[in-house]
Amino acid sequence: MKQKTKTQVMFGKVGMYVLLGIFLVISIFPFYWMLVGSTNSSDKMFTSPPTLSFGGQFMENLINLDNTVGIGRVLFNSLFVSGTYVVLALIVSSTAAYAFAKFDFKGRNVIFTILILSMMIPYQATLIPLFQMMSAYGLLNTYFALIAPQLCYPFAIFLMRQNFLAFPSELLESARLDGAGEFKIFLKIVLPSMKPALAATSIFLFMYQWNNFMWPLVAIRTQDMYTFPVALSTLSGVSYTDYGQMMMGISIATVPIMIFFLVLQRHFISGMLGSAVK
Amino acid sequence: MNQTNRAPYFFIAPAVILFLVFTAYPILASLYLSFQRYEGGSYSFVGLANYSRLMGDSIFWTALSNTFIIFIFQVPIMLILAMILASVLNSQLLKLKGFFRVSFFLPAVTSLVAYSLLFSVMLQDNGLFNELLSYIGIGPIPWLSDATWAKVSIIMAMTWRWTGYNMIIFLAALQNIPEEMYEAASIDGAGKIRQFFSITIPNLKPIILFAGILSTIGTLQLFDEPFNLTSGGPGNATMTLGLYIYENGFEYFDFSYGSAVAYVVVVLVAVLSFVQFKFTGDKS
Repeated sequence: MKQKTKTQVMFGKVGMYVLLGIFLVISIFPFYWMLVGSTNSSDKMFTSPPTLSFGGQFMENLINLDNTVGIGRVLFNSLFVSGTYVVLALIVSSTAAYAFAKFDFKGRNVIFTILILSMMIPYQATLIPLFQMMSAYGLLNTYFALIAPQLCYPFAIFLMRQNFLAFPSELLESARLDGAGEFKIFLKIVLPSMKPALAATSIFLFMYQWNNFMWPLVAIRTQDMYTFPVALSTLSGVSYTDYGQMMMGISIATVPIMIFFLVLQRHFISGMLGSAVK
Repeated sequence: MNQTNRAPYFFIAPAVILFLVFTAYPILASLYLSFQRYEGGSYSFVGLANYSRLMGDSIFWTALSNTFIIFIFQVPIMLILAMILASVLNSQLLKLKGFFRVSFFLPAVTSLVAYSLLFSVMLQDNGLFNELLSYIGIGPIPWLSDATWAKVSIIMAMTWRWTGYNMIIFLAALQNIPEEMYEAASIDGAGKIRQFFSITIPNLKPIILFAGILSTIGTLQLFDEPFNLTSGGPGNATMTLGLYIYENGFEYFDFSYGSAVAYVVVVLVAVLSFVQFKFTGDKS
């Protein structure tokens, strides 16, 4: 009887690793192939047997990509837009989340519920009026148009609020008794203890904006204002596509964010776990 | 004390103002716009005319049915896979958990545009997928040029991108199930499979609902993948509601009609979320 359970456990274990191994290959292999592609010429992506080793076309693909989309400018746009967005959205969401978590005020629950419910409204329902609004004020094709519309990001408020809820209210009370103002309390006492939560939230905000596509596609008119995803999507030509150049573009869009994620994954995953649990 | 009373309003003001201007107003404006039509240089109220036009619009029905086909296959496949992976990764016996967790989540980090383009290269007629399939005597499959396979391509790509994401959500919930429940069950003689169905699944119900609704909203908004992977083709085989809103709004500049399509999506999200609540969330 005992013997049988042991073999069963063995089988179970082997089965688990085989399953995980298969999924590992499926998850990772496309990334490897992407990197291989970025160092090879266009036709190497369609050979038989398939090209699975790195080639010598790295610089050529990079130069071609730069000639087509102006890689410096596009990267600057994406970094500038995402960076500014993270800072501003973090301010907006942490202040709001703090109020929702630590104050009892009229309308609190109603406003919070509306914000959370708005996450269910498809983004596309706002797309056309946003476009008309930006167009009416001459704001299309500006950084403002790229940054402003999603600054109030309910998911970030939700995430921050979960963390503020855990902050001991007694600390706030004693600071108030000492005569500290509310903003001072927030900045000097509450925020410093929220670094992990701020890190997790800023990762979400950064990824959201870095990968944002539909709105920039609509709001941007000229190539010098393209963000990375918009520039990428222009690479698949109607008649001829340079796949080496495209793979280089996909790699540049993917590798930095992957490194960013791998470095911060602890915060990222704990942020997700925290949000999903409550 | 007076300051304490006003302080929360200062704290929420930026968020509320931004929300009113950039979310609430557009949502309402879009609804209003869907009852109007642009004629002779100005908008006029036309009631439900845009909606009745939708009824007779074959592209709209194609987009609707494509969206549903993708939804019906993709979401369950993905959630089941995610749940299996999460239960395996939650096992006490397993080593390298952190490594697997991070690796499976990695596809969810990439931009929708980047991964769509990556798949579009792999799925070409003489691309990597068909090349690998030929070794096991299958194919070549016309992934992107056949109406059915193009949908399969989108489903495969989405599953690759999002399974790890849902797995993490499920994993979080699994870690909240007390180990004692499993111990008690195995003392009572319940096997692993039995435990999965009588402990894991019931405990995961609220999270399954959460993940299901997120995926529903995501699928109904599907845009980046068909735009970059198939351009909605071949024909309109992968036309989605999201893509159709974009086409109407920004290729034909028919904002009113585009808004009507957008509101169909709003209603669908609301209805489907409600149905999922009814089916999954019997308690809350």
